[in-house]
Amino acid sequence: MKRKHIILTLWFIVPLIVLLCIRYLWQTSNSEYVSIPHSGNQLEAGKVASAQKLPDSVDFIFHIKPILSDRCFLCHGPDAGTREAGLRLDTETGAFAAIGESLDRHAIIPGQPEKSQLILRINEANPEKIMPPKSSNLTLSDYEKKLFTKWVEQGAKYKQHWAFEAPKAVTVPEINNPNWGTNEIDHFIAKRLELEGLKPSEEASKEKLIRKLYFDLTGLPPSIDDIDAFLSDDSSNAYEKVVDKLLTSSAYAERMAADWLDLSRYGDTHGYQEDYERTMWPWRDWVISAFNKNLPYNKFVTWQIAGDLLPNASLEQVVATGFNRNHKITQEGGVIEEEYRVEYVMDRTGTTAKAFLGLTMECARCHDHKYDPISQKEFFGFYSFFNKVKEKGVIGFKEIPEPKIEITQKEVDEVLAFINMPDSISKLGLMVMRDDAAHRKTYLLNRGVYDAPNKAEEILPHTPKSVLPFTEQYPKNRLGLAEWLFDEKNPLTARVAVNRMWQQIFGVGIVSTSDDFGNQGALPSHPKLLDWLAITFMEEEWDMKKMYKRMVMSSAYRQTSKVTPKLLQIDPDNKFLARSSRSRLTSEMIRDNMLAVSGLLVNKIGGPSVKPYQPKGLWQETSSGVEGVLLKYIPDKGENKYRRSLYTFWKRTVPPPAMLIFDSPTRDLCEVKRQKTNTPLQALVMMNDPQLMEASKNLAKTILKDTSKNEVEKIKYVFRKITSRYPDEDELGKLRNYLNDLRSKHKLNNQETELTKNTETKNIVSKDLRIYTNLISLIFNLDEAIVKG
Amino acid sequence: MDEITKHFLNNNRRQFIKKLGVGLGGLAVASMTDPLSFLGGQKKVAQNILPENALHFAPKAKRIIYLFQSGGPSQLELFDYKPLLSKMRGQDLPDSIRQGQRLTGMTAGQEKFPLVGSQFKFNQYGESRAWMSELMPHTSKIVDELCFVKSVHTDAINHDPAITFFQTGSQQTGRPSMGSWFSYGLGSLNDNLPTFSVLLSRGTGRPVAQPLYSRLWGNGFLSSLHQGVQFRSGKDPVLYLKNPESISKTDRRLMLDYMGELNMKQEAEFGDPEISSRLSQYEMAYRMQTSVPETMNVDDEPDYIFDMYGEDSRKPGTYAANCLLARRLAERDVRFIQLYHMGWDQHGDLPGDIKNQSKDVDQATAALINDLKQRGLLDDTLVIWGGEFGRTNYCQGTMTDTNYGRDHHPKCFTMFMAGGGVKPGFTYGETDDFGYNITKDPVHVHDIQATIMHLMGVDHTKLTYKHQGRRFRLTDVGGHVVNDILT
Repeated sequence: MKRKHIILTLWFIVPLIVLLCIRYLWQTSNSEYVSIPHSGNQLEAGKVASAQKLPDSVDFIFHIKPILSDRCFLCHGPDAGTREAGLRLDTETGAFAAIGESLDRHAIIPGQPEKSQLILRINEANPEKIMPPKSSNLTLSDYEKKLFTKWVEQGAKYKQHWAFEAPKAVTVPEINNPNWGTNEIDHFIAKRLELEGLKPSEEASKEKLIRKLYFDLTGLPPSIDDIDAFLSDDSSNAYEKVVDKLLTSSAYAERMAADWLDLSRYGDTHGYQEDYERTMWPWRDWVISAFNKNLPYNKFVTWQIAGDLLPNASLEQVVATGFNRNHKITQEGGVIEEEYRVEYVMDRTGTTAKAFLGLTMECARCHDHKYDPISQKEFFGFYSFFNKVKEKGVIGFKEIPEPKIEITQKEVDEVLAFINMPDSISKLGLMVMRDDAAHRKTYLLNRGVYDAPNKAEEILPHTPKSVLPFTEQYPKNRLGLAEWLFDEKNPLTARVAVNRMWQQIFGVGIVSTSDDFGNQGALPSHPKLLDWLAITFMEEEWDMKKMYKRMVMSSAYRQTSKVTPKLLQIDPDNKFLARSSRSRLTSEMIRDNMLAVSGLLVNKIGGPSVKPYQPKGLWQETSSGVEGVLLKYIPDKGENKYRRSLYTFWKRTVPPPAMLIFDSPTRDLCEVKRQKTNTPLQALVMMNDPQLMEASKNLAKTILKDTSKNEVEKIKYVFRKITSRYPDEDELGKLRNYLNDLRSKHKLNNQETELTKNTETKNIVSKDLRIYTNLISLIFNLDEAIVKG
Repeated sequence: MDEITKHFLNNNRRQFIKKLGVGLGGLAVASMTDPLSFLGGQKKVAQNILPENALHFAPKAKRIIYLFQSGGPSQLELFDYKPLLSKMRGQDLPDSIRQGQRLTGMTAGQEKFPLVGSQFKFNQYGESRAWMSELMPHTSKIVDELCFVKSVHTDAINHDPAITFFQTGSQQTGRPSMGSWFSYGLGSLNDNLPTFSVLLSRGTGRPVAQPLYSRLWGNGFLSSLHQGVQFRSGKDPVLYLKNPESISKTDRRLMLDYMGELNMKQEAEFGDPEISSRLSQYEMAYRMQTSVPETMNVDDEPDYIFDMYGEDSRKPGTYAANCLLARRLAERDVRFIQLYHMGWDQHGDLPGDIKNQSKDVDQATAALINDLKQRGLLDDTLVIWGGEFGRTNYCQGTMTDTNYGRDHHPKCFTMFMAGGGVKPGFTYGETDDFGYNITKDPVHVHDIQATIMHLMGVDHTKLTYKHQGRRFRLTDVGGHVVNDILT
């Protein structure tokens, strides 16, 4: 009973503290937009805020629009088709206009909440009349109602959505603490921390820092030599030297490519039905090479969107356009061709908008966008860029869908050296983009359905004008689209890109919804920093390595991830960055780490995708049984079992299970942000994956062969290999006890027995090999082994 | 944070709430005052906490067994008796009936659409006088337990979109499967088995079957905690479940104990609550290592049970064996048990293939329902039987005296349900004499989904998940509860 009392008490006190903190936060942050908790699923922001004091000055972007968008736009927003009572609240004109049958009422009369219908209706006592209506399942809290009232009192000022205004030049803020900070990023971070009354954390230990840096920039752990070199380097630029080294490594390119594969919905199969194999890995090799040579982001993207349309397009630029052919393609016999052809164009449209603009454009496929100023017509304007491809809706077995190119060994030798073409292959067929259906006109499809075109009006290529109008200066094709994307007036492209880079390095984007910069997306935690980064990125000609370097060089990045209970309560999501984020490794990193530290990793770049271990039978269980298709998973032999995980063969209808379990997306669609979950299936993989057992055993063998080390030294060595640090005395004691327990359990004596020559994973004969394998497997399972920071 | 709070937050919240007796309304309060989920966003919330809007009324069913018949079983050979088709055999489907219905790519080129009736005899059974074909002799005996819906219709005419539609409410991929929605919305009823369990079997009706895709039981944008977990026949019933041969169960316990100690040290140093959360996931995994094999091991089933489910039930991986496993999972309070039986896509050679295919499922389906009933489980278990669409009333391909085929038909087909809250011995919906159009009480896929959710105590318009700015739900923007079939 006593325990319950404590818990209960805590449950009342803790929220109170948090509320007080929030109240402080709200009061002190009017000078800059602050991201509100982006949830809407369980906890509405407004409920959290119910006990708060109203801000002195109510801001449209910060306070009002998130609520308006979330609770009102569905019926009173940009979509004219479902607009109720002719009222739209997403524009000032709409909100101030006369409404009602006799046009005698107004939703908002600035300065007069008592006459504003919006205020009256949200406070309506009659449940039949209250807004939002009961049927919407949406409500407003008292706090939110008061916010609205005060906002109207103060004049109901509308402002343009922040993300649709081009970033403005920002001066780097002055900060009070001259002893903290390495570069401009830190000034923005420190300024915000000052506002919150928080202080940055101390720098992480050198071991923690180098480990995190290695994973963030290369996806691989540092070797013991790497760690030792860094530890013993006392020069002031020791850290920078490591950063520079890593940025020039090919592992950097592979790590960045791995994330790009999610965004590009890359797969090694077509993704529907029989799920035939396709050859897109040469395109993947190109991505790696582009990161390797630090192709500027504007070129990197332009080539992928419109490489074929560039003047005198090189073969390499054409290969890059494979990006837009990574979508799924069906082989289902009964399918109506046009239905699926339209689907492929839809996929390109949605992918391009999400990846480069952070927009949920696909929401405007069937009707005007419910939340953002994107009309259905604009959607099809965007769609039309991708609608000139002469392609089939349904393809056959072994068919390489048009448009395609054939790459010969000679071309690889001469101009496509980045393709790692095996000797056994003399030529490759690769899907690319080509606008060879020039005659095809684009029409708005009613309800987004393929067989309901509105033929009254042809839709020419254009973009949502609220973002940036598609003026005459741009060619009306994909190249024009690319030019428009990289027009310095485009408010989204640079922000979306640096935000995603920030997410890679800091764990969460400055805009936490890296896939949605629209009205329903989160507000940036550091808007000025975001703009400064975006402008700097453009000024530095879209230099990605330079930008990554800036991020990892910052003191903000180098902080420890240790968190006090107090800080955890104030900032559980680490929005303010008063510490470093501690985050779980990605699915690729978890496996690559095992391979690397156990000495199994084969460092070979590119080439056809590989088939490492996978539980037996998975492909057969779901496959059709049609001869010749990918019926059975046959694991590779030899070095292909130990390649980095970005090369693992991706069968889209049955993706590699361990990777899915660790939150890799299915690659059905473009994804720019992975989940970070913690599940029992992950524990099972870590305990029982044969790959991990093999890695453990391999490392055990290595250490047992080293007769110069005693037991303590052996434990220290393997622990350090896996976690990048030495165990402390207590940990060492526990690990020794574990070894002893294992020995006595298995009635083994303390002497090391000779290693057997049997290399089968299953057959661990040597007694010490067995207990060391168990020890190492335990260390691999430590939380620390699968997190960075 | 002190140990007690931590323990409470990570492991014990549901029991705690239960003990407090605050019930469901209290959950909302609880999650609002949870200091971690308070500002913590989805990550924490998704793991142990029910969405505050989950249960909306008293549920009739606690769990679901969904017997998905993949490929599209022919309603005309099984349930929907249409003697007119035999009378008009060989005559063309009148345009007045077809009404411009779109065709799949497989019959779009066909010049004629000759009507063809079932080769199999129909009779009425039970007190409810339900029509059943001779292909389902065992199921015919339990029609008074069943609630038939003969007027189901769907938007899709091809397998991938149609099956995706049934599972996720959308023809396009990317949304959570029904079982994931229930896992997310209602949480788990037990603490040692996955909430959403999946069993696959291959039919004997057609050796080359429609394939399945693991995304059908995927979590979509929900936390991967809610993904369906495949239970497989063989040594490793859940992927990665089995310890390597060199590690015994006591070894594993020992390892977990040491791991726990070492991890708690890390948590003390770094203060990251994810660490103890991860430990509790390991404990769940450890429990699964016992509970899953124990569930899958049917050695303790008496012979009469195998006799009841049929000889196939002794062969792991068959539909019958999976039905028996479904009962065992239901007994252990797994919330959503999804079977997929492949092979119903009978474009040609239908008479022979459907005979075999029906034999796969008939006895075991009936046995499952009887078995649930005799154990008192049928009252709060909803059993659902059906495919992704029906089949055409006209022949696809060559028609001979003994052979014919049928193409996909989205405009009407039959499903049946039993148990948890649906009327037993009841038939709902009617089709025309051609078995082509619905004449009474159409039931859309979204209506089926809304009804299933209703039976589980969930208002389908209220169980939502906000993703990329939009509140998604299983029934998308449609769905009406079919009140007439509820008890």
